[in-house]
Amino acid sequence: MSLSQELQTALVVCFSAVFTQNILLTLFLGMCPFTSVSREVRTALGLGGAVVFVMTCTVVLNWMAYHWLLVKLDLEFFRFVLFIVIIAAFVQFVEMVIDRYSPRLYQNLGIFLPLITVNCAILGASLFMVIRDYTLLVSLGWGFGAGVGWLLAILAMAGIRQRLDESRVPVGLRGPGITLIIAGLMALAFIGFSGVLG
Amino acid sequence: MAQAVLAVLAISGVAAMLALILVVAERFIARYGSCTIDINQGTRQITIEGGKSLLNVLTEEKLFIPSACGGRGTCGYCKVTIREGGGPILPTETPFLTADEQEQGLRLSCQVKVRNDLVIKIPEELLSVREYTAVCEKIEDLTYDMKRFILRLQEPDRIDYVPGQYVQLLCPPYPGSDEEVYRAYSIASDPAETGRVDLIIRRVPNGICTTWCFEHLQEGQTVRINGPYGEFRLSDNPAPALFIAGGSGMAPFVSILHQMEHAHDTRSVRYFYGGNQVRDLCLLDEMKRFEEHLEDFTFVPVVAEPGPEESWDGRRGLVTEAVSEEFDNLADYEAYLCGSPGMIDAAIKVLKSLGIDKARVYYDKFA
Repeated sequence: MSLSQELQTALVVCFSAVFTQNILLTLFLGMCPFTSVSREVRTALGLGGAVVFVMTCTVVLNWMAYHWLLVKLDLEFFRFVLFIVIIAAFVQFVEMVIDRYSPRLYQNLGIFLPLITVNCAILGASLFMVIRDYTLLVSLGWGFGAGVGWLLAILAMAGIRQRLDESRVPVGLRGPGITLIIAGLMALAFIGFSGVLG
Repeated sequence: MAQAVLAVLAISGVAAMLALILVVAERFIARYGSCTIDINQGTRQITIEGGKSLLNVLTEEKLFIPSACGGRGTCGYCKVTIREGGGPILPTETPFLTADEQEQGLRLSCQVKVRNDLVIKIPEELLSVREYTAVCEKIEDLTYDMKRFILRLQEPDRIDYVPGQYVQLLCPPYPGSDEEVYRAYSIASDPAETGRVDLIIRRVPNGICTTWCFEHLQEGQTVRINGPYGEFRLSDNPAPALFIAGGSGMAPFVSILHQMEHAHDTRSVRYFYGGNQVRDLCLLDEMKRFEEHLEDFTFVPVVAEPGPEESWDGRRGLVTEAVSEEFDNLADYEAYLCGSPGMIDAAIKVLKSLGIDKARVYYDKFA
């Protein structure tokens, strides 16, 4: 595969990760923070931004660790442990850097950064990267796209939920109940994108 | 087999490498340069390397802010006012700060990281708090579960305190407890003897510090304390006073009674001291001595239920019952309480029903 072809694939994968293969709405990964941190657009944007960054970087790092270490040593089955360790260390590192150089961003992200360590969407993105046999460049597109897709979904949800505050939701459905129903409707809407890429 | 070894080696290698990167990164990234902390408008200025919690920095500078949990953000004692540079209040602090306190800029010093210059304010009396090394000169049995520890101060060799105040005793790690903890005990010695601090300690089953005091601390051993702390003290008001204590709550009153003796204080004092059984009461002889030497002091020991083999011809029942039997109206009185939270709450209820002004009830609650 030539570089231009690879680049094209990366772009397509990136685009489909945002819309047709949305990691949150079609694969249902990362539901926990999605339901609990989607009350306000501002915090949703903070968490989403952190997810985009961490997902892009860890998918690439994990690709390198997987192909350059595990495959060479014939230890592919160890990828779960390795991926988790790398994600945890990376988040720690990023936290340190942000804490040092941008205290304001650090305060805004607050608890979200460490939370990301245990976000299953992050690990999921790396595992899909292996299952689908992506190259490094395509993995980069995939990681970034999956992150942006997650951000888009949580942002849309937060926007809807902010408006929901002013509407009359039946008592029994308030909170997680209505959130899950909305998530279901959003997932249906995203299925509409599936024709886009044929 | 070879593959298993290889796998373990590979994963450990990666993990070790990542740990190394983090350690190195911490060394280089988490450096905040030197920060200056201004305390109480220039009363004291310290310059330190940033990156640590404010509580740790102050402790290292021998400024002792009370803290019972050791900086884990669970006790809420280590409040200081931060005028500049503290950053926003963290979610870990909000449960301990009322809206008023947040408005005034109070923060938990264990949660505030020193990352830039700070302007802070701490209560004036904490500036006189110091750390002392002392030798445990003597350990006396007061009752079956209470001991008096007589500490002779070494460095510094004298302490200035107001009778009623407390010190924190450092309990070092020992078999069964692997961390340093501080516990607060009222000073129970004669304030005229400035080189000596007596602590009256009642054994708490499974208590970290009391177990150490009762089983490990030996006469002649060196201990560390810091203090003095606390607002509990005799007021300047010559109004008649009511002391109420139980068990080791005796401690601050010993010191206060010594103070009254030296000052030839003539105010009227009634001291109700309670225990479940006769064997729970301590220092009865010393109290008798104070009755003889003080102008108007009456000591009233009260026993809830004397044991089957104990002879007791004093008052029976709870201290609170004894107080309400003795008095019809306490409107002119001031009350001083020291004991368990349960006893104090019960006492406050009784005192209020007898017409005492709540602002004139002073207490030290030992949880």
